[in-house]
Amino acid sequence: METPIIIRNLTKKFGDVVAVNNVSLTIESSTFLTLLGPSGCGKTTLLRCISGLEDPDDGEIIIGNKMVYSRQKGISLPPGQRDLGLVFQNYALWPHMNVYKNITFALEIQKLSKDEMDERVKSSLAEVQMEGYEDRYPREMSGGQQQRIALARMLAYRPKVFLMDEPLSNLDARLRMDMRTELKRLHHISGATTVYVTHDQVEALTMSTNIAVMKLGVIQQMDTPDKVYHFPANLFIADFIGNPKINLLPGRVLRQNMVDLGKFKIPVKTFNKSGDVVVGLRPEDITISDAPQENSAEFDAYSVLPSGAETTIIARQDRTELTIKEMGVSKIKMDQKIWINFNEDAINLYDKESGELIVG
Amino acid sequence: MSVAPIGSKHNKQMWNARLRRFARWLSTPHVFLSLIMILVMFYMVIIPLYRMLMTTITVSDSDLRMLPDANIGDFTWYHWLRMLTSQISKIMTYEPLLHSITISIGATGLALIIGGLMAWLVVRTDVRGKGVINLLATVPYIMPSWTIAMAWKVLFKNAKSGGTPGLLEFITGNPTPDWLAYGPIPIIVSSGLHYYTFFFLFMAAALLSIDSSLEEAGELAGAGRWRIMRKITFPLIIPAIASGFIMTFSKTMGTFGGPNVLGVPVQYYTLSTMLRSNTTIGNYGDAFVLAIVLIMFAMVNVMINQKFVGTRKSFETIGGRGFMSKKTKLRDYKVLFSILIVIFQLIIAVLPLTLLTYSTFMLRTGDYSLSNLTTAHWIGEGVDFINSGEPGVLLNPKIYMGAWNSIRLALLTAFFTAFFGVILGYSIVKGRGTRLSKLVEQMAFIPYVIPGIAFGAIYISMFTKSVGPIPPLYGTFALLVVVSIADKIPYSSRTGVSAMLQVGRELEEAAAIAGASPWRRFKRIIFPLTSTGFVSGFLMTFITVMRELSLIILLVTPSTAVLASMTMRYIENGSEQQANAVIIILITLVLTGNFIIGRFRGGSLKKGLGM
Repeated sequence: METPIIIRNLTKKFGDVVAVNNVSLTIESSTFLTLLGPSGCGKTTLLRCISGLEDPDDGEIIIGNKMVYSRQKGISLPPGQRDLGLVFQNYALWPHMNVYKNITFALEIQKLSKDEMDERVKSSLAEVQMEGYEDRYPREMSGGQQQRIALARMLAYRPKVFLMDEPLSNLDARLRMDMRTELKRLHHISGATTVYVTHDQVEALTMSTNIAVMKLGVIQQMDTPDKVYHFPANLFIADFIGNPKINLLPGRVLRQNMVDLGKFKIPVKTFNKSGDVVVGLRPEDITISDAPQENSAEFDAYSVLPSGAETTIIARQDRTELTIKEMGVSKIKMDQKIWINFNEDAINLYDKESGELIVG
Repeated sequence: MSVAPIGSKHNKQMWNARLRRFARWLSTPHVFLSLIMILVMFYMVIIPLYRMLMTTITVSDSDLRMLPDANIGDFTWYHWLRMLTSQISKIMTYEPLLHSITISIGATGLALIIGGLMAWLVVRTDVRGKGVINLLATVPYIMPSWTIAMAWKVLFKNAKSGGTPGLLEFITGNPTPDWLAYGPIPIIVSSGLHYYTFFFLFMAAALLSIDSSLEEAGELAGAGRWRIMRKITFPLIIPAIASGFIMTFSKTMGTFGGPNVLGVPVQYYTLSTMLRSNTTIGNYGDAFVLAIVLIMFAMVNVMINQKFVGTRKSFETIGGRGFMSKKTKLRDYKVLFSILIVIFQLIIAVLPLTLLTYSTFMLRTGDYSLSNLTTAHWIGEGVDFINSGEPGVLLNPKIYMGAWNSIRLALLTAFFTAFFGVILGYSIVKGRGTRLSKLVEQMAFIPYVIPGIAFGAIYISMFTKSVGPIPPLYGTFALLVVVSIADKIPYSSRTGVSAMLQVGRELEEAAAIAGASPWRRFKRIIFPLTSTGFVSGFLMTFITVMRELSLIILLVTPSTAVLASMTMRYIENGSEQQANAVIIILITLVLTGNFIIGRFRGGSLKKGLGM
């Protein structure tokens, strides 16, 4: 089924605060789009506008071939007529109904027969691996189980679009990992257009086919996870995505393919720009050695932080601090001299004034 | 949006879109319900207030005697000048006002001291028998507020002003001094002893909500116990004290029963009793001036309190979360203290009832000897010299009619109030942050500052003629229901809001996403999840309406009389035994109702109080 979501010039204000600012966005059918951003960036508001729980102040929303909201035409379909399902952060299972009733609530509205309902309950519980829980009440289940039921409740009435509002943030770390696996599988099998809201970049990077990074009600970049990670469109995104954080070093363009970072220079790809820039470099794109190499810069190992599979090294040279990631256990000791090289291809250059990407 | 010339096709489309947006806004359930509630409250509160105000500045037919040149309907300052500046203003307005304030401050202060002390003992010390103390503390809620006043009269009245001696005078043979028999002190003590429960409940909840680590931090900083009390504990419970203060002060300002029983016989008038004597002779213009004075004072009181507390906290519930708190050890005194508290509670709960019950078996008032006992007032056939020949209360059809009226009034009011409570709670909580929601909340607050008898007064002027679609209601039973509902709106909206706040908004949203209509959402999700609050609100209203007097005393007619108003009539006719018997019947009915309603879905009086 083809259900793209088209959003045109959507604006939503709360008093003087512009939560969503003139956002236009096309979500192709079967996409798993994650709205990613810090709290207060408008991602949840955007999702709620799509769902119909919030009435926007301006713009248009089209789901599939149905215009669900248009200010100009005075259209705003109620949530129930938009063919979508929503999974809430706190599950929102009805505490006075057991699992069976929770799931069949929507099916009763769709006037399904008793047999059909039983069938739907069974199959949707199987999909989330919660068979046999029909008679349980929400408070008799753990958070992870409740979230699975919330998911089953949505699957049972077969909406064309799945909306998820930070569904994993109330779960503990382990369960979150399990649920990521399940959610990704679910999307893979159903192929339903999915809009997923989170502030957790790992969730965004691992699960989505597309990520839209938001800040102050505006979409900063919409791209594949790979592109968002390797070619962040501006300094905000570069700084927001990645753990450990990206290295952002102020520098000056010397000539067309060389940037002066103060104590040392680094070669970059050719570009047309002069003046002040910021160099963005991921910790894993820096190589480290205990002896001088060609074009290498000398640093002190300020701190060495092993974490099993990888080691994070904080290197310093005067006021310049670099975060470096090495796979496995590093041989580097604290306070020893180290020499580092940059992976020229991985360097992103940003305009210092505008913060926009110049060369990636 | 581009600007199009007027009348163009584009312009028309724009207006259509605007119209549709407006229609959608209007059909949002909480908006729609908010507007309905605003309309309802406008009819029930604002219009009556306005009409009362107009009556005080309009010439009526009964004024023509004093204003021969005026025509009916003319504007006049006559009533205001007469009540505030003329020679009779001292007797009509200023003395009663002074008396009202004296009584309110006295009773509130007494209630504050007793309630506060008891709350501290129960919450913050290891005193024994807390369950019993808590249970007994709710008893004054069940008794009509003037029960203690009536018992006081049985005990302390003297032959000089009361005609027959009280029990004390009968036993000692010495006349009871006047100051103890009637007037301010008896009224203050009997009201204070009734209203201490407000303070007890408010302060107990507030003390419970204080995290004792706040006090421990003070202790670690080297502060002594007294300093901690003064600098940490006391400031934290100020909102609770203010809440209790507003509530008790405006209740005692508007209370009618106590001052009528213990003040009027010695011409000690308060605003409420003066208001009543003006309405009984049809002097509405003057009476309404007094009602407005009363309302103004109650409003000033609320305003001072809110300024003092800083915010609207005073009206907010202080939720009692169970923090671990360190209990002060009373050591050897803990049993002593609990015995003292329980004795005190029994004195104000059981003693009045015992005295009242005993008095109902007395053939002649004032003779407390066993030889004077009779069952005539309960099951007598009726003889000329007892209560103008009316039969005993259990055989008296008037009593049955009054009881039926009381129950009917309480049930109907409780039902509508609980219903409005749910709607108000929904409208206010769902619209949180919008101006509409704020307006609804503020309008629902208005009756809170109108003292009971003044509220009754504003309804005299309302509904004598038809207003809009509403037929004239004066003298009907329906009017009693309407005024009772209006008076309880602040409480029901508070109960409704706290019940609704416990239902996360996602629960309704999830149902909306699933395609449920607003009605289905209400029926299947919201109502089931708030029904405990509904029942508690119902119970609370049932009890308070059963024993309500001040609010309806001005509005009852012989055919719509309720038990509460009948006791007053019997007292005024000098039939003390009948009056006391009716009170006993009334309390029995309230207890029965409390028991029956409490069976449903775990509703409880405490929940109804928002505790």
